[in-house]
Amino acid sequence: MPKGIKDKVAILGMGCSKFGERWDMNAEDLIVEAVEECLDDAGVERNQIDAAWFSTAIEEVHVGKSGVPLAVALRLPYIPVTRVENYCASGTESFRGAVYAVASGAADIAIAVGVEKLKDTGYGGLPQRMRGAVADMYWPNFSAPGSFAQLATAYSAKHGVDAGELKKAMAQVSVKSHDNGAKNERAHLRNKIDIDTVLNAPMVAEPLGLFDCCGVSDGSAAAIVTTPEIARSLGKTDLVSVKALQLAVSNGTEASHNSWDGSYFMTTRRAAERAYAEAGIKKPREEVSMLECHDCFSITELVTMEDLYLSPEGTAWKDILDGFYNADGKIPCQIDGGLKCFGHPIGASGLRMLYEMYSQILGRAGERQLDDPRIGLTHNLGGFPHQNVSSVSIVGRYEN
Amino acid sequence: MIGITAYGAYVPRLRLQRQAIVDANAWFNPAIKGLAKGERAICNWDEDSLTMAVEAARDCLAGERPEEISALYFASTTLPFDDRQNAGIMATALNFGEDITVMDIVGSQRAGTSGLVQAMDVAGGKGSPGLITASDKRRTKAAGPQELQFGDAAAAFTVGSDGVIAEYLGGYQLAIDFVDHYRGGNEDFDYNWEERWIRDEGYFKIVPRAIAAALEKTGVDAATIDHFVMPCLIRRVPERLTKEAGIKAEAIRDQLHGNLGEAGSAHPLVMLVDALQDAEPGQIIMVVGWGNGCDVLLFRVTDALKDLSPRNGVKGSLARRKEDTNYNRYLSFNNLVLQDRGIRAEVDSPTAISALYRNKDMILGFVGGKCRTCGTVQYPASRVCVSPNCGEFNSQEPHPFAEIPASIQSWTADNLTYSPDPPTHFGMVVFEEGGRLMADITDVSPGEVEVGMPVRMSFRVKAVDDKRGFKKYFWKAVPDQRAA
Repeated sequence: MPKGIKDKVAILGMGCSKFGERWDMNAEDLIVEAVEECLDDAGVERNQIDAAWFSTAIEEVHVGKSGVPLAVALRLPYIPVTRVENYCASGTESFRGAVYAVASGAADIAIAVGVEKLKDTGYGGLPQRMRGAVADMYWPNFSAPGSFAQLATAYSAKHGVDAGELKKAMAQVSVKSHDNGAKNERAHLRNKIDIDTVLNAPMVAEPLGLFDCCGVSDGSAAAIVTTPEIARSLGKTDLVSVKALQLAVSNGTEASHNSWDGSYFMTTRRAAERAYAEAGIKKPREEVSMLECHDCFSITELVTMEDLYLSPEGTAWKDILDGFYNADGKIPCQIDGGLKCFGHPIGASGLRMLYEMYSQILGRAGERQLDDPRIGLTHNLGGFPHQNVSSVSIVGRYEN
Repeated sequence: MIGITAYGAYVPRLRLQRQAIVDANAWFNPAIKGLAKGERAICNWDEDSLTMAVEAARDCLAGERPEEISALYFASTTLPFDDRQNAGIMATALNFGEDITVMDIVGSQRAGTSGLVQAMDVAGGKGSPGLITASDKRRTKAAGPQELQFGDAAAAFTVGSDGVIAEYLGGYQLAIDFVDHYRGGNEDFDYNWEERWIRDEGYFKIVPRAIAAALEKTGVDAATIDHFVMPCLIRRVPERLTKEAGIKAEAIRDQLHGNLGEAGSAHPLVMLVDALQDAEPGQIIMVVGWGNGCDVLLFRVTDALKDLSPRNGVKGSLARRKEDTNYNRYLSFNNLVLQDRGIRAEVDSPTAISALYRNKDMILGFVGGKCRTCGTVQYPASRVCVSPNCGEFNSQEPHPFAEIPASIQSWTADNLTYSPDPPTHFGMVVFEEGGRLMADITDVSPGEVEVGMPVRMSFRVKAVDDKRGFKKYFWKAVPDQRAA
């Protein structure tokens, strides 16, 4: 077992743009909006940054390839800029790169910036795109909601949960996120909704209706990281440190081997087990104060609560209906509105989740501030249930 | 003895109600009101003459590995490719290997019967069996009588000398450039001449010559013919021809026009399959193929017919049926209406032909892999075994999946992604021998799919690349009627 990343790196500053349909903004403008806040918060200048990581997932509709768009947008002084992409975990990947650079000593101060400018396609939902010469010959032509919807049919069948009951629990996932998002001025969607609105919405991919799906947003988020020692030397006293960064990537077992039943994420379970070990967390249901999970679809959030070992298997739907994950529940989930309401600019999403955990731990979350949260977990899920990338990150108060 | 050794057929599931066609078009062409009865078979959006022929061939082969078949013929006037051997695509789909003679037979409505004669002549000469398929999906303009009369279907026969179920007694072929209709090169639709001329100068003068010559050549007495197989859309023609020839009126076979429609060059063969499904050993069958001349073929049914393994044939295919009254959808499927398909439909999806060639057995033949070390089967095959307990390198043997029964583990009906027939159904298809695939599910209507549903794999159109005139084929799950 490697020693891990726990407490080796602190977050020096963070920034996050408003998410939404930013019709008047290019990707570069969104980057600057997030990074200006991030630099102010960190109290450093651009020329103090040793290296940068830059995440975008669907770059073909906005900035194009490479690290160049970030360097140009910020006029960075010819430092290393690495562009990363790993489906919807891309934002967390840029953070991981920057954190590892600092932990290794290769950089004293590093920045992670994620951006996605999706609202230039002419239609709603994620852009349709090619998937490679061979995959295009045999993969079904499916949408993201279509692939995630299958979790619901498999979950119902496995746990004997009535499809109507499950649909109601899924609806509560979205109702809760809308309640939270309404309190967040940077969120894409700020309207409260009720269960009936969710249940009666048009069907996107059975059984996922319109309100079971997160929207598509423009936005950017950024983090500057350094060592706790350097952070203190720069005058920071209240520190948030990285406790765990884990990633698990499907190897094709789910897609091609009959050992997977389609009702859960093999990847998230592996990443969560490793993340808790890395962070020294023994009883996640007791120790995690709050989380931002990858609620691309209501059913994803529901099964993820089990895959993160927060709800026992087969019971997440009950915890959800009981309010366990509400803002006033035991483990508030999506306290900033989540992907569902804060929005989902893919390359920025992982960083946006960390931004909320960081703000909460520092007591800066305003109207939605929780009572003394100490450990925050973020989770990203990219791809499809049968073939995906899952990241689990844990940050918390630095108490050394 | 040379003859037919097995038969198979395929009729697409959708049956467009003729009343729906008439309701939409009688304002313009009141003459079609008389054709409002019954239904016609229509292809789903992902079916064409090639996919139907592959399914008919699979029905004919009934799951047997056809190692000894040395020739494959595909007769049709509606082939998906003008210059790419369609029978070659079929041979790959059927996993016939590369050491085989393949040939497309085209150019007239007689392609089916002429192809059958050719296949039997070659099988007799070479002493090795062949497979002949005939299939047609004829496009017609809206509001004309052909739109009501035509139907889509395919038939297949293996021919040879072992296990003959219908002995070929011989026949006669006439080649006459009698143009009752034609379709010019690069044209989409037929051009037709007057029906009364076709009847009087065509059928009544040409067919009797061929029948007489065939009877004389084979020494068969017309009165002994039990099944008279002859498609003809003009009323009362088979009745007059049989009467003149001395064939019993009760021998005239139902033309399947009421519940299927006229399936072009495949239709005499479709009717022959239907006749064989009714026939008794010892009976005589006459088949008449019409089109720029005339083919007449004579068969005697043998005792081996009773030993033939179960298959759908025409009767089973006709029983697998979904009534359809959505004429607009039929127009859309056949590209007969200019439809606003939205920006999502614009996504460009070219085929890397070199990648298709490299993976042709996987894509067209649906061949996966089986691990020599641990026995795990998987689709697609890969260089490293997928089993979490194995992971062996380079251990895969080819393993065909098309005939393995499967069931649905999870599914959805997706309204967001572009589909010519939304919602698009797809799901995790789990095979009985192991292996699985996230696959399209086709031939289902909303509400018909459920977890655990038995399915079989069907060769279908995956997508059409209009920009480059390329059709992509792959396999999709359909409800398994055998299990139902």
